[in-house]
Amino acid sequence: MNRASVNGSSTSTRFTRALGVATILGLGWLAAFGLLISPDDVVQGSYARLLYIHVPSAWLAYLAFGVTGLASAGYLWPRTRNLNWDRIAGASAEVGVVFMAITLVSGSLWGKVTWGTYWTWDARLTTTAFLFVTYIGYLAVRDLGGSHEQRARRSGVVALLAVLEVPLVHFSVKWWRPLHQSETIERGGLKGLMLFSFFVGMVTFTLLYVWLVMHRQRLIALNDIVDDRGLDRALAERRNEAAS
Amino acid sequence: MEPVVELVDVVAVLGAFPALAGATLTVERGEIVLLRGPNGAGKTSLLRLCAGLLAVERGTATVLGVDLVLDRAAVRPRVGLLGHSNGLYADLTVADNVRFWGATVGASADEVQGAMSRMGLAERLADVSVGKLSAGQRRRTALACLVARRAELWLLDEPHAGLDATGRDELDATLRSAAAASATVIVASHELERAGSLATRVVEVVGGQVR
Amino acid sequence: MLSVWAVSRLVAGKDLRVEWRSRIVTNQVVPFAALMMVMFAFALDSDTVLKRVAPGLVWLAAMFSLLVIVQRAFAVETADGALDALRVAGVRGAGIFLGKAMSLAAQLAVLELILLGAAIVLYDTQLVGSGVTLLICTYLTATAGLAFIGTLYGGLAAGARGRETLLPLLMLPVAAPVLIGATRATEAALGTQGATTGDGWPWIGLLLLFAVVFGAGGSLAFGSLIDE
Repeated sequence: MNRASVNGSSTSTRFTRALGVATILGLGWLAAFGLLISPDDVVQGSYARLLYIHVPSAWLAYLAFGVTGLASAGYLWPRTRNLNWDRIAGASAEVGVVFMAITLVSGSLWGKVTWGTYWTWDARLTTTAFLFVTYIGYLAVRDLGGSHEQRARRSGVVALLAVLEVPLVHFSVKWWRPLHQSETIERGGLKGLMLFSFFVGMVTFTLLYVWLVMHRQRLIALNDIVDDRGLDRALAERRNEAAS
Repeated sequence: MEPVVELVDVVAVLGAFPALAGATLTVERGEIVLLRGPNGAGKTSLLRLCAGLLAVERGTATVLGVDLVLDRAAVRPRVGLLGHSNGLYADLTVADNVRFWGATVGASADEVQGAMSRMGLAERLADVSVGKLSAGQRRRTALACLVARRAELWLLDEPHAGLDATGRDELDATLRSAAAASATVIVASHELERAGSLATRVVEVVGGQVR
Repeated sequence: MLSVWAVSRLVAGKDLRVEWRSRIVTNQVVPFAALMMVMFAFALDSDTVLKRVAPGLVWLAAMFSLLVIVQRAFAVETADGALDALRVAGVRGAGIFLGKAMSLAAQLAVLELILLGAAIVLYDTQLVGSGVTLLICTYLTATAGLAFIGTLYGGLAAGARGRETLLPLLMLPVAAPVLIGATRATEAALGTQGATTGDGWPWIGLLLLFAVVFGAGGSLAFGSLIDE
């Protein structure tokens, strides 16, 4: 997967360039539509526009988390063990944590103007916050140092435990606060152009995610290669100093 | 007979640093090999590699018939590593410690007792907390743990450090009798005097390689 | 090679013996936990509020004390390279995990009883006869779950520089379901705020699931986590 792309010092290929163009076009449409063309919501007025950012971000954050979990399993499973899985997991987590933050902030702002509070203890929101903190812990574990295999093993275990943890957190919060104020954001009548733009938003963000992860993962691969080449150089140095 | 240790052009890393830069070494059963070299030469890494603690980045390594590249964990129960630390629990007594480590291989009470007396850990020391012992006594306790674990290969990193002259001689005598009982011993030390009295062979380690 | 069960008994026995000799948990952590209960009272400043939130405070204090106990449990191993030596001994990772978890659970259980006592004394908590079974089940399942995650993340964070501060960050979010579940079940057992014991039993189910997930996950993962 990496051979063609990790050439020289660039992480771009024809595919990612095409992907990038498509993403920019999609984002352009989303911005134009979200800010200008779409009508105000009957109930929420202009504030509903926040949802054009919030919902796709949330989708992306959860997608990223799922990919990190799957990729970690891919590395830890002996038959498919390959450091590329680990790099994908790491890249996905980095992208995911950013969009998790965007989700939480945009959701919080939206909540303030529509319900009057920045926060509410419902299952979905709390699980998202939990995931955010877990991401941060995961990224900290990736930075603990050691060989690439150690990094992959440690962070892989943390990621899988986090995946197991999510339903536990979700249900414990759901049972704890069974009031479901947030169900109302399942917007009843999204019609025509608004619905279409939501779709565009979801697709565009997904393209954005893939584009970001591909580049980031290749970057990690390049870094790992630099580490290894550094080893050859360090080896040569050490042998020289011994000879002298 | 198959050599106990066979390393060919081994490279091992600590982070990005090549602690071993192509080390080649063969050790036969019953030998006492002294690894000599300056600080930072790679002696500790060599020992840890043989103990199955450090991964083999490049080259081949076979210890006690186990291929370290494939499964370095398999060699660990049969090897005893005494590094800069002793691997002891300071709050427990000498007897507790030796008994614990012996129990990891299912050693009997007699074996535990035997291990302690071989290391000269007299009755009166057996029930003293390890934290209260002198450095030499702690070293001997750690060695007793190795004996109790029936280790076939002893890897000792600067074992004489912190011992007085008598302590060092006692240690050497113990090591010689261990080798006679067909354990193999590799000692890393940057002391020059030990060579003649202790080792069957002296090997220089410089810049992550073996001369 | 020793079986996992034999190893865990060995390690648990050793850990408990170390604690028995050093009395660190008894002499330092228990006073710390009791102090926390007192400071909660300073901060919350209302007898009715304290009585109502007493279950939550007990488990909160238990969780923060757990951080300290776990740090101590692994400091014992890394002080003189004993964890290294355990690895060299080729001892089964799952055995070390279960052994340390058992020892942790034992110490935690004693601590929790003392915290409950403190709540009875300081916050006027009253035990209800019908809720005792629920209370005991809560204690057993929550303690098991906390011991498992403590051992797991403690092992991950043990040793090298800069890792100790990682433990709270990793462990506390993961412990959230236990905090929620144990508190709700305890409230049900004590009849706080009108909860009945019937409300508590589903939470026991969750706590049990949590303990099983992390007990199994930890047993599988611990060996590779402490490996170099």
